[in-house]
Amino acid sequence: MAATPETEIVAGIGNDYKYGFHDEENYVFKSERGLSAEVVAAISERKNEPDWMRKFRLKSLEYFMARPLPEWGGDLSQIDFDNIYYYIKPTEEQANTWEDLPADIKNTWDRLGIPEAERKFLAGVGAQYESEVVYHKLQEKLESQGVIFKDMDSGLRDHEELVKQYFGTIIPQNDNKFAALNSAVWSGGSFIYVPPGVSIEMPLQAYFRINAENMGQFERTLIIVDEGAYVHYVEGCTAPIYTTDSLHSAVVEIIVKEGGRCRYTTIQNWSTNVYNLVTKRAVAYKDATMEWVDGNLGSKLTMKYPAIWLLGERAHGEVLSIAFANKGQHQDAGGKAVHVAPKTTSTITSKSISKNGGRASYRGLLEVAKGAEGAKSKVVCDALILDEDSRTDTYPYISIDENNVDIGHEATVSKIGEEQLFYLMSRGLSEAEAAAMIVSGFVEPITKELPLEYAVEMNRLIQLQMEGSVG
Amino acid sequence: MQWFSAWFGGFAAFLYPSFGGHHRPASMDLRATPSGTRILIMALLELKNLHVALEDGTEIVKGVDLAVNTNETHAVMGPNGSGKSTLAYALMGHPAYEITEGELLLDGEDLTQMEADERAQRGLFLAFQYPHAVPGVTVTSFMRSAINSVRKAKAGGDDPIPIPEFRKELMAAMEQLKVPREMASRYLNEGFSGGEKKRVEILQMAMLKPRIAVLDETDSGLDIDALKIVAGGVKDLVGPNMGAIVITHYQRILNYIDPDFVHVFVGGRIVEEGGPELAHKLEAEGYEAFTPEVVK
Repeated sequence: MAATPETEIVAGIGNDYKYGFHDEENYVFKSERGLSAEVVAAISERKNEPDWMRKFRLKSLEYFMARPLPEWGGDLSQIDFDNIYYYIKPTEEQANTWEDLPADIKNTWDRLGIPEAERKFLAGVGAQYESEVVYHKLQEKLESQGVIFKDMDSGLRDHEELVKQYFGTIIPQNDNKFAALNSAVWSGGSFIYVPPGVSIEMPLQAYFRINAENMGQFERTLIIVDEGAYVHYVEGCTAPIYTTDSLHSAVVEIIVKEGGRCRYTTIQNWSTNVYNLVTKRAVAYKDATMEWVDGNLGSKLTMKYPAIWLLGERAHGEVLSIAFANKGQHQDAGGKAVHVAPKTTSTITSKSISKNGGRASYRGLLEVAKGAEGAKSKVVCDALILDEDSRTDTYPYISIDENNVDIGHEATVSKIGEEQLFYLMSRGLSEAEAAAMIVSGFVEPITKELPLEYAVEMNRLIQLQMEGSVG
Repeated sequence: MQWFSAWFGGFAAFLYPSFGGHHRPASMDLRATPSGTRILIMALLELKNLHVALEDGTEIVKGVDLAVNTNETHAVMGPNGSGKSTLAYALMGHPAYEITEGELLLDGEDLTQMEADERAQRGLFLAFQYPHAVPGVTVTSFMRSAINSVRKAKAGGDDPIPIPEFRKELMAAMEQLKVPREMASRYLNEGFSGGEKKRVEILQMAMLKPRIAVLDETDSGLDIDALKIVAGGVKDLVGPNMGAIVITHYQRILNYIDPDFVHVFVGGRIVEEGGPELAHKLEAEGYEAFTPEVVK
């Protein structure tokens, strides 16, 4: 059965969020609310996992329980961990044609435009619905070149040695409270391996959809880009609008080997009842390039600081981040670059917009270790505040242990000027259109880095955010 | 109506210099039609006893009467600080300038309560003296958005210009105004020289096809070659579909634009009106001769 229209209409009142609909639940399995060793063991058992993974999960749970909530960043005190469903299995089997999915779930993906995007410009697609990846497909040509693109559970099952070698090595299970939580209850996510020299021209995309109320989604992604290889991975996410909160807490680990390049693009558009607490970290070896392109438009609170450890000579890291904080939203986002090897370079470019009382914070770390001679880094964070009620903060942490380095940091805060608005309005643009145009221009240095289809989507989402009121 | 505008413009140009300026009814005249019947003629843009004040209440424009039709170029000449730019901003609807008294009509429709975008959608255009930079927005995408906003207002719903048609028009207009092609993909006014900004203002005018264009000191900061190009662009556009108000300090631009009417604007008022010869007189004698006692 398709999404219930009344709920959709009610949920949509006073909100431009287009993805607030939900499906009826006809699930294969839904765990009890709350978290315990039993729940964690049950997840592992249901997934028929090797013993080491079961132990890893249980140990992670201990770490999670032992750690206090972070006292920095956003307000986490309202998260009711006992009220959350930690594991929901929506379908029995994973499909590799959209037609094989239950009608309502297929309908949801259609409405999100995923099958169409796959036909047009994607090399592979994974679609996660609640805790499991319900659809997965990779172009045959890539498969024959040795590319692996699977959901994380299948990755563990089919390539256990490779997974065991890297899983939890970039982000240790006790890295932080939410990484520990993910390590305990992870399900779904992507496992990608690109063999040496293989360059995947079209993006691989994963799409994450939360459907149930009080759902906790904990996908786990591991990407290994071998020497001289290239992949662009894109993720998108949405959820229905509910009156109570859901939790999304992912862990993404990436290894880029010598001369390889990985670009990871996120367009996060969760509904505003989702806590989005994500740990993302990559390591780049000699002459490798890692790029995080991070767009945060949705969620109630996002805490996410994609990190790059530059471990080999001349490795290059880039973080491009856009955050849009509207009414009731707090986007605490940024990036981290850690220079360990000589001649490594990094740039962090962060653009934030706050509107209608929203709060956007840039939080970043730039670290240059002793011995990283000739390291270069540039951090630019620009904030645009659209009205008096909104807020922006910058928390740039810089730690340099090497003398021979070239470090730059710039931060600006601006408002939309009356003169600029008047100029655009004198050409026939409404005040809202003019403000949206100024905002689109403000984030253009980042949207121009996106593939056309995503740039269009990003601009459209910004237009939606700008509709209604203007400060 | 084209025959009418052409006829009216020519007729008015013939008549107005003989009025002597001060007592001419600003916006309506009873004229004989060719067939001999008398009808009421309304100008396209009409300012009737227009007063404009700053937010703090200071009055800058102190009662201006002006009537502009298609096919007409009106020069408004005044010294620095006379309130010329305030008049230009007020016509376009800048929120910092309030029309405190009088009327502002386009096609008989009251503009005073309209926002700048509504005025633009009805065919009013202002070429800015200091156009603002819009970082991250290319000239092309800005032009297309502006055109589509105007078309949307006219059609009462989305009516985007077909992209091939838009490109063709843009390329032709850029060619004519000698705007280098690569400017189309640069961010609007960001890092533009003074001359580039002015040329792009005229480019916008050519693309938006307003009915009344107000040019606020478009000649300032231009070298002679740029001035010729810009003036030529304005001259080409004034015709059956557009009339222009050219606001300037100097007579220089008028050598290339050929105004039909010259209005001397001093101390927030029009103090003298006449034909093109008035501009030459101004250039020779300076504004001092036109400054009334009340302003001194």
